[in-house]
Amino acid sequence: MSEEIDTSKRHFLTVATVVVGSVGVVMAAVPFVSSMQPSARAKAMGGPVDIDVSKIEPGGLVKAKWRLKPIWVVQRSAAALAELPKNAPLLRDPDSDEPQQPSYAKNEWRAIKPELFVVVPICTHLGCIPLYRPEAGDPSIGPTWPGGFHCPCHGSLYDLAGRVFKNVPAPLNLPVPLYFYVNDKVVRIGENPKGSHSTYLTPLTW
Amino acid sequence: MSTEKEKPDYLDVTGGWLHKLRDWIDARFPMSKLWNEQVAQYYAPKNFNFWYFFGSIALLILVNQIVTGIFLAMNYQPSAGGAFASVQYIMRDVNWGWLIRYMHSVGSSLFFVVVYLHMFRSVIYGSYKKPRELLWILGMLIYMALMAEAFMGYLMPWGQMSYWGAQVITSLFGVIPGIGNSLETWIRGDYAVSGITLNRFFALHIVAVPLAIVGLVLFHLIALHEVGSNNPDGVEIKKHKGPDGIPLDGIPFHPYYTIKDIVGVTVFLALFAAIVFFSPGLHGLFLEPTNFEPANPLKTPTDIHPLWYFGPYYAILRSIPDKPLGVMAFVSSIFLLFLLPWIDRNPVKSIRYRGVLYRLLVGVFALTFIVLGYISMQKATIFWAEIGQRIQELYFLFFVFSWVYTRPRSRIFLAGTFVVVMAVITVFDWLGWDPAIAQLKMLTWLIPGVYCAIFLLLPTYFGKLLMPKPVPERVRFK
Repeated sequence: MSEEIDTSKRHFLTVATVVVGSVGVVMAAVPFVSSMQPSARAKAMGGPVDIDVSKIEPGGLVKAKWRLKPIWVVQRSAAALAELPKNAPLLRDPDSDEPQQPSYAKNEWRAIKPELFVVVPICTHLGCIPLYRPEAGDPSIGPTWPGGFHCPCHGSLYDLAGRVFKNVPAPLNLPVPLYFYVNDKVVRIGENPKGSHSTYLTPLTW
Repeated sequence: MSTEKEKPDYLDVTGGWLHKLRDWIDARFPMSKLWNEQVAQYYAPKNFNFWYFFGSIALLILVNQIVTGIFLAMNYQPSAGGAFASVQYIMRDVNWGWLIRYMHSVGSSLFFVVVYLHMFRSVIYGSYKKPRELLWILGMLIYMALMAEAFMGYLMPWGQMSYWGAQVITSLFGVIPGIGNSLETWIRGDYAVSGITLNRFFALHIVAVPLAIVGLVLFHLIALHEVGSNNPDGVEIKKHKGPDGIPLDGIPFHPYYTIKDIVGVTVFLALFAAIVFFSPGLHGLFLEPTNFEPANPLKTPTDIHPLWYFGPYYAILRSIPDKPLGVMAFVSSIFLLFLLPWIDRNPVKSIRYRGVLYRLLVGVFALTFIVLGYISMQKATIFWAEIGQRIQELYFLFFVFSWVYTRPRSRIFLAGTFVVVMAVITVFDWLGWDPAIAQLKMLTWLIPGVYCAIFLLLPTYFGKLLMPKPVPERVRFK
């Protein structure tokens, strides 16, 4: 009786078993890894939020929450809007080149309608919520202050369109979320306008 | 004679890089040494059969319980208010949560199926006998820890059965004289089972007992490797070694039993998947309907019983109408298993070579266990209590007869034992006499009566029934 072992057959069988076994292990891992994704409940709680914007006075601020993040809607006066282009030389990213906003907010007002500024007020430095300082020349900041947002944590400054100033720690403009006008009175956060081809889901930095 | 072809070195894949890594590790950690000593050059008997799959399958299930348990704990809330709802959340809203939950619950029931089969193997092949007594004791300790783990785990869903099962079992501690009530309260952490009990059982269930089980399993395997495995012939393979010190009837664990165990695991996984995907509740056996109702501390369900794997002990407990006696019977039914190596000291290990009557005894013992389990599922009526008492007597008689069969016994010994045993049973009957069921009691007295007659009186006439067969020197394939 020959005792020759067919080593190549053995090798093949071993490799085949290991490969099939590995495929099985990967398939078994899928449900466990997937279970750590947001659950149906988390996704439901992260659905779009509607905000009533009909009663905001000029200079006024309405606060809301979407996906556990703060959302501010600011009513900007015509005068404030007119001042916005003048800030450009002071700003890091005056034309909003960085992807911190959806395409329909990539304009000089960083909004769909110029008067209403919808923003996620999370400082792009280390994540504090800045203070709303709309008054030009606000004494707590300085006589040349054009109005906007001031982060008390490390001193970052943003104008009334959420654009970040130069020479402050924050690197990027304040993020603008997905939103659109359901009608004149209601803004829906978390959904793109119908027909929009925006692929923007989240900004570079919240 | 055999062609000296070089064994393919699978580590040769990347031109020696893996060899260097292996050598670097080996200089700092006994990796290759452990692999060789415990796996590649660990010699196990060559005649392992079907009964030898269950140890490795049990290990697989342990891993399953731990992994699924970790992912369940990510979403489970161990509070009286949140527990039930969190389980529903896992079942409905967490991606693949239903699968993870079912793998955990089905896994825990199958764990006991596998462990019982594993223990049965030790009974039929005498794997608890010298020098494996400590191995058996470690295994029994794992069994105890597993029962504690399952008991606490069952409280987690906070259903009606969870709550009331915990209430009943924690109240057992109250029978201990003197300290009983304080002990009961201390275990619960409250005046009855409550969210406080749930929270602490959670901590014990996910950390303390799993650590204990893993440690005990490690000791169990170390003890096994120290003495070597038994085998279906009950023959010690280390008695006959070749000139190189390798047992003549031994084969290296790797690759023979690693591959064989993979086959066993595959079959097991197919069965596991069939149950998980087609019938995870197994018609009320693995997931009880009563437990789909949230716990209500003010309303006891009409039928409380633990899950099937505690059934036999529960039947023993509740078939005795006296609380302290019932608890003692319950405890001793488990404790006697620990003592098996000292009860049965017959030098013939495997049932293959023991007398006919002993083989029948073992078979009936297994049946007794199953019947007790069945009884535990029935309503707690007097009839079932009576039947439970009788079958329980058969359970305990297994240990008595195992001891009797340790050595060849004279006719007088056998007959005398018969008289003593039946007298003890009759005295217990008389002590617990209830005229309402006099007829039932007298009729069912025949159950242990016939049992003892078969195992004690029959061999006085037919001595052949007790005679063992000659045990072979070397392992045989059956």
